[in-house]
Amino acid sequence: MTPDEADHLKSKAHWVWRETLAIHRRAPETRIASSLSPIEIFVALYYGGVLRFDPQEPLADARDRFIISKGHGSICMYPILADLGFFDREELMRVCMRGGILGGIPDPIIPGYETVNGSLGHGLGVAAGTALALARKNAGDQQAFVLTGDGELHEGACWEAIMFASHHKLDRLNLVVDDNRTSMLAHTKDVVSLGALDQRLESFGWDVVIVDGHDVEATTAALAAMKARREGRPKALIAKTIKGRGVPGLENEALAHILAPKPELLDALMETRP
Amino acid sequence: MTQKPRAMRDALLERIWMAMAHDERIFVVTADFGSPVLDRIRADFPERFVNVGIAEQNLINVSAGLSLEGYTVFAYAIAPFITMRCFEQLRVSLGLLSTVRPLNVNLIGVGAGYSYVVSGPTHQCYEDITLMRSLPNFQVLSSADHVTAAAFLDRCLQESGPKYLRLDAQPLPVVYTPETGAPDLARGFHVHRRGGPVALVATGYMLHSALRVADALARDGQPLGVIDMFDLCRFDRAALLHELSGLSGVVTMEEAFRSRGGMDALFFDMIAREDLPLKILNVGVEGGYRFELGSREELHEAVGIGVEGVTASVQRFLAKVSGHNAALADGFAE
Repeated sequence: MTPDEADHLKSKAHWVWRETLAIHRRAPETRIASSLSPIEIFVALYYGGVLRFDPQEPLADARDRFIISKGHGSICMYPILADLGFFDREELMRVCMRGGILGGIPDPIIPGYETVNGSLGHGLGVAAGTALALARKNAGDQQAFVLTGDGELHEGACWEAIMFASHHKLDRLNLVVDDNRTSMLAHTKDVVSLGALDQRLESFGWDVVIVDGHDVEATTAALAAMKARREGRPKALIAKTIKGRGVPGLENEALAHILAPKPELLDALMETRP
Repeated sequence: MTQKPRAMRDALLERIWMAMAHDERIFVVTADFGSPVLDRIRADFPERFVNVGIAEQNLINVSAGLSLEGYTVFAYAIAPFITMRCFEQLRVSLGLLSTVRPLNVNLIGVGAGYSYVVSGPTHQCYEDITLMRSLPNFQVLSSADHVTAAAFLDRCLQESGPKYLRLDAQPLPVVYTPETGAPDLARGFHVHRRGGPVALVATGYMLHSALRVADALARDGQPLGVIDMFDLCRFDRAALLHELSGLSGVVTMEEAFRSRGGMDALFFDMIAREDLPLKILNVGVEGGYRFELGSREELHEAVGIGVEGVTASVQRFLAKVSGHNAALADGFAE
């Protein structure tokens, strides 16, 4: 990646961060903290050349399938999809409003979303089924990506899919964990510890890499390398992130998920430059 | 010639196996549940078969993923597990998602009602009609014999969308013969007998009980209608209303908890909505969960759905209905 490309990704990430705050400012019902941790992951996937997609034909067969399982934590996808032309930018002005398509939790009526999200623990299994189908029908080189949170991995169905994926050598399956280490009521280590998640996934037969999920350059490189590896194992990228990143009072706060920053704080933050 | 009774699942799976030979879109997924015909599918079409293990939640999510990619999926497991262990997967990954994306996932649940006789309440299934009918875009199909179960394949291949096929675990006597003709899926029900002021409306195994009750009362000179409801969602409503017109009463019969939203609720709803002048008697499981042992017939008698008990209650119902008719004929108000 050239320095210019890296700067472009960084400025996109900052723009998405500001737009996400702006959406929350207009629609305080949205969950802000969990939408601030995966921003660089989405920017890397969509602007870093990792995912293949077509905004004009969101369900084109040649696309990579990207299932965003942690639905409410993906409000930051709205500006990205609008920017890429999946839908009209005007939609960003009516998030959570009657007549709009962008809700507090994204639904698959939004161009660019594949499945029903938000009820946690379903995306990984559906992505495993998708990856199995791509393998069995001898599709081209399309792959399946799925984003989960770390708290979501408390759902047992995830582990059914994790076992299934390695047994079937689903090397078209790419799991990205937004490891912000915080669920709704507390830090996950204090709820039910996931321990050394990388070792756990490796022991289940997965190919696992850890990255600083706020280093957009490193995240892009790790995602591209993960996509390129087709070695008979499902792949996971654990992105170490911070819930509520960049917002004082939310960062590293155990209850960040349910906190809403004051409007004046949001206004001040939106003025900041990278 | 009337066919010999055979397992519903094998009759259906055999048709699936035959269809797989020329339709490459068909995929079969099981949650570690087998059958002799399933072995053939596994052997002949290994690329379109997968066993997810004892993992019904994953069974449904994987099926959703396969179907999103264009496969017509048959997901196969024991009835209580494929309906209840993974109910939220059914709701989210099939029910909700299929309103936006085309999905053709067909759940084959084996073990309706008390058909796993000695296994007890974990493996018996008295809630599935209620639960599966509560999901608005699911179809619910419930067979009384293997001929009907096999006929369900046509619906599965012709129509997309999530469906629940509720099969008995035991081979049941064949009710669809050259004389009756094949079950008419477009109609969704079949009138096996006409006559008398009351019709017994049954689904699954209970159709056979209904026929026995009708036989017993016919010997007493009291004829009854008998209707098999094998489509519990999409039956031809106008045709059914036509069949019910002129009757004074209807008896619903199901291996499901009584008054908990099963087929009885369906008929209450129809009677209320259409303002039908029908009295209704519901035959369903009473007394909640039990851990009793016995034959299926003995268990049925214990929970109020056995042939003997039902015959007696239908007799009382007939007296009530005819009293009602007599009162109306005499010009007295109710």
